[in-house]
Amino acid sequence: MRSVWEDSNRLLLSALTLLLTLGLCVIILAPLVQILAQSFFDAAHRFVFLDNFIDYLTHEKSLRLIRNSLFVALTSTLIVVPTAFGFAYALMRSRMPFKPFFRYISFLPLLAPSLLPAISFVYLFGHQGFFKPWMGGGTIYGAWGIVLGECFYVFPHIVMIFLSALSLSDARLYEAAQSMGASSLKKFFTITLPALKYALVSATLVSFTLVVTDFGVPKVIGGDFSVLATEIYKHVIGQQNFALGATVGILLLVPSVVTFLIDSLVQRKQKAVLGSKFVLYVPKKAPIFDTVMFIFALWVALFFLIVLGVAFFASFVKFWPYDLSLVLKHYDFSSMDGGGWDSYLNSLTLAFWSALLGTIAVFTTAYVVERGKVFPPLRAFLKLLALLPMAVPGLVLGLGYIFFFNHPHNPLNALYQTMGILVVCTVAHFFTASFITATTTIKQIDDEFEDVAESMGVACYETFFKVIVPIATPSILHIARYFFVNAMTTVSAVVFLYAPSTTLASVAVLNMDDAGDISSAAAMASLIVATSLGITLLFDALSHFALKQSQQWRKTR
Amino acid sequence: MSDTTALAIYNVSKRFEAFHALEAIHLEIKKGELVCFLGPSGCGKTTLLRIIAGLESCDEGEIVQYGKTVTHLPPSKRDYGIVFQSYALFPNLTVAKNIGYGLREKGMEKKETKKRVKELLALVGLSGSEEKYPSELSGGQQQRVAFARAIATKPSLLLLDEPLSALDARVREHLRQEIRELQKTLGITTIMVTHDQEEALSIADKIVVMNHGVIEQIGTPLEIYRHPKTLFVADFIGKINLLNALYRGENLFSVGKLSLVVHLDETSLPAEDQAAKLLIRPEDIKLYDAEAENIIEGIVLKMTFLGSFCRLFVSINGLLESVLLLDLPHKVLLRDAIREQSPIKLAIAPKDICYFLEPTYA
Repeated sequence: MRSVWEDSNRLLLSALTLLLTLGLCVIILAPLVQILAQSFFDAAHRFVFLDNFIDYLTHEKSLRLIRNSLFVALTSTLIVVPTAFGFAYALMRSRMPFKPFFRYISFLPLLAPSLLPAISFVYLFGHQGFFKPWMGGGTIYGAWGIVLGECFYVFPHIVMIFLSALSLSDARLYEAAQSMGASSLKKFFTITLPALKYALVSATLVSFTLVVTDFGVPKVIGGDFSVLATEIYKHVIGQQNFALGATVGILLLVPSVVTFLIDSLVQRKQKAVLGSKFVLYVPKKAPIFDTVMFIFALWVALFFLIVLGVAFFASFVKFWPYDLSLVLKHYDFSSMDGGGWDSYLNSLTLAFWSALLGTIAVFTTAYVVERGKVFPPLRAFLKLLALLPMAVPGLVLGLGYIFFFNHPHNPLNALYQTMGILVVCTVAHFFTASFITATTTIKQIDDEFEDVAESMGVACYETFFKVIVPIATPSILHIARYFFVNAMTTVSAVVFLYAPSTTLASVAVLNMDDAGDISSAAAMASLIVATSLGITLLFDALSHFALKQSQQWRKTR
Repeated sequence: MSDTTALAIYNVSKRFEAFHALEAIHLEIKKGELVCFLGPSGCGKTTLLRIIAGLESCDEGEIVQYGKTVTHLPPSKRDYGIVFQSYALFPNLTVAKNIGYGLREKGMEKKETKKRVKELLALVGLSGSEEKYPSELSGGQQQRVAFARAIATKPSLLLLDEPLSALDARVREHLRQEIRELQKTLGITTIMVTHDQEEALSIADKIVVMNHGVIEQIGTPLEIYRHPKTLFVADFIGKINLLNALYRGENLFSVGKLSLVVHLDETSLPAEDQAAKLLIRPEDIKLYDAEAENIIEGIVLKMTFLGSFCRLFVSINGLLESVLLLDLPHKVLLRDAIREQSPIKLAIAPKDICYFLEPTYA
């Protein structure tokens, strides 16, 4: 066998692989192991194995919580999946006008914390809601409010799944069906739907999990209707009962892990469906169908714009809904709970560092996993570590961070209650999606580049910076933007980890709403959306610029 | 090994888990030779090339380049240039930067690098393309740039991994002659991996035919074509008729109800009644004329037009199961008014029949 020491490239790659594996173990695996271990001990630190779960699950109250969680998750999924499918179908298969506009609108919820739709619905239908007088005896606080809010929050994730699945269908299948005289309906049921079955499974699971693990919406609009996710928050923040928090956290982990496993199985099958080259499907003009789809998409878009717009508008209104004159006083956060403008600056700091360090960590990990050439088993393990965060709800990760980093014997204890731990946690939380983006990009780059460079005696890092990074620039920018926006909007993991000096804007929204100051909460949420939107536009411009710069060599013959 | 040996491979083996990619490969390549590794996909030819390049490690064996053992050296410490099937030109770097990529690494001055790049571009007929990007070049031009890049550092060995297979037929034919001429001019020892037998036959000094991880035969193109050592080589290189036969003594083989006279090979004399396979190239079957031996008759079943000649599928009287392939020029077919269903009378010279003996279990 060749000695690693003789070969500086291999030496460097080996060191990097080891370093990254160790790093991901600390920021992902260790906190999870810690929370898992914690759930086997009682409040007096005695090992009780599954007793915590058995105790918990035999309580009438817990069963009600589980029922509640299941109810909102199933209902939201039943609404969101068909709607998102219709919307994606309209975008991909009709020739309705203003498609780019609709596409942008459907992604808007990604720019807002999940608290925002709940705030909007409170403004519309709450105690002082605009439509309150028309609601009879009904109330928005509770299950239906949560369902509405979750639909808004989950929608873009599901649309993306359907968009990518629909973009993969082969036009030749439709042409073949047409040549045999199949009707549109028959084509839909024999070609379109079967090709989408994996996407449907994925969409359903993802939607279900996102709703079960989200706590922003139920926190704001749930009223007395408690769900599992809000319960963890109450146990940990309200009662400082970490053991119980861990137990509920593990329960939340179950649907996520199941989703993750089924999804990765499904992804593998989906790959087998593809393989050969296919011809892109281009929809034909169909005036009636196009009009119907346009009207449908318009309603969906209107819903999104209203929900976003209400929070935004209300943040400038003097006293909703009685005095609609416009003022800026809600943006003066100085007298508010939650840290005021400082928390906004903290969020920017967090987003900046997460984007910077997260992008570097993700891209290097993806590169080492794909092209590392050393220690195949260790690289497979590294890949597993990188995919793991997808299966872990933010609340569970955050709780794990408390257990792991706050442990008195942990040398990393010093990180606790600093901006550092927030950055690390955010990077870990959003690792997987970016990792998949980076991996896909790297896979598309000819793997003979490294071989050629090596044969010429060029160091691997030189090829990495001179060739791989320039080719992958658009994807790297995409990853950085993803980290930035998510760091701005996330609440779930960081809510357990911030300190008085590191309050965050998204958490401030939560706390202001908690303190009853919904106008300021709306103002801060609007500020987050505006920032995310600004950053997205900035990165789009950067991406456009980068592509333009490299136009000469990127153009394909 | 002698002074003229550029590369020697001793007993090299490679396994991928249970799969034997290469088994006990022995091979010597002389200075200035162009050697083709030829074989079907999965035969191990690319793996062998990658082991020579140091991009893959071997489980056993030794590789010696100009007297120096390189078996466990990383690619950067070996002396060779390589061209891949995809060319692997860095898309974001200009032609000049691609070609100069390894030169600066070797400590060459900027000015000198520029001069060398210019020289190389002139050599491959692409003068003035320095500032172009790979995507602005045609497939054939990209291939030339990859070639220039591979020889930029004046390596003593050039490795070509199916360098022409991504090109269309006409460009391919032209470029392979060009590669051959450049290789001769530079006198650089070259190994080319290919699955295209025509390519190997037309430019190689020596062909290494591989199958299932072992070398089936090493020889000049003519040796490989005229005197295949194994059934695999005979069948893989060119078209061939295979007939089951029994030796009847006196240089006679019986095939069905026919008997054919064959020139015996001193190194493999058949025993009486030993089973054998007879091999006859389609172009070796002639139309009957007065002085011929081995005269056979049959009926033309089908004719396929193949440009300069026509391939005939002939069912032979007295031969039930097999159909003979033969190639005839159009003029002859027109002259003798041969068409489908015509009766036809053929002859095969004894020296044109090869045979492989089936092992006897006595």
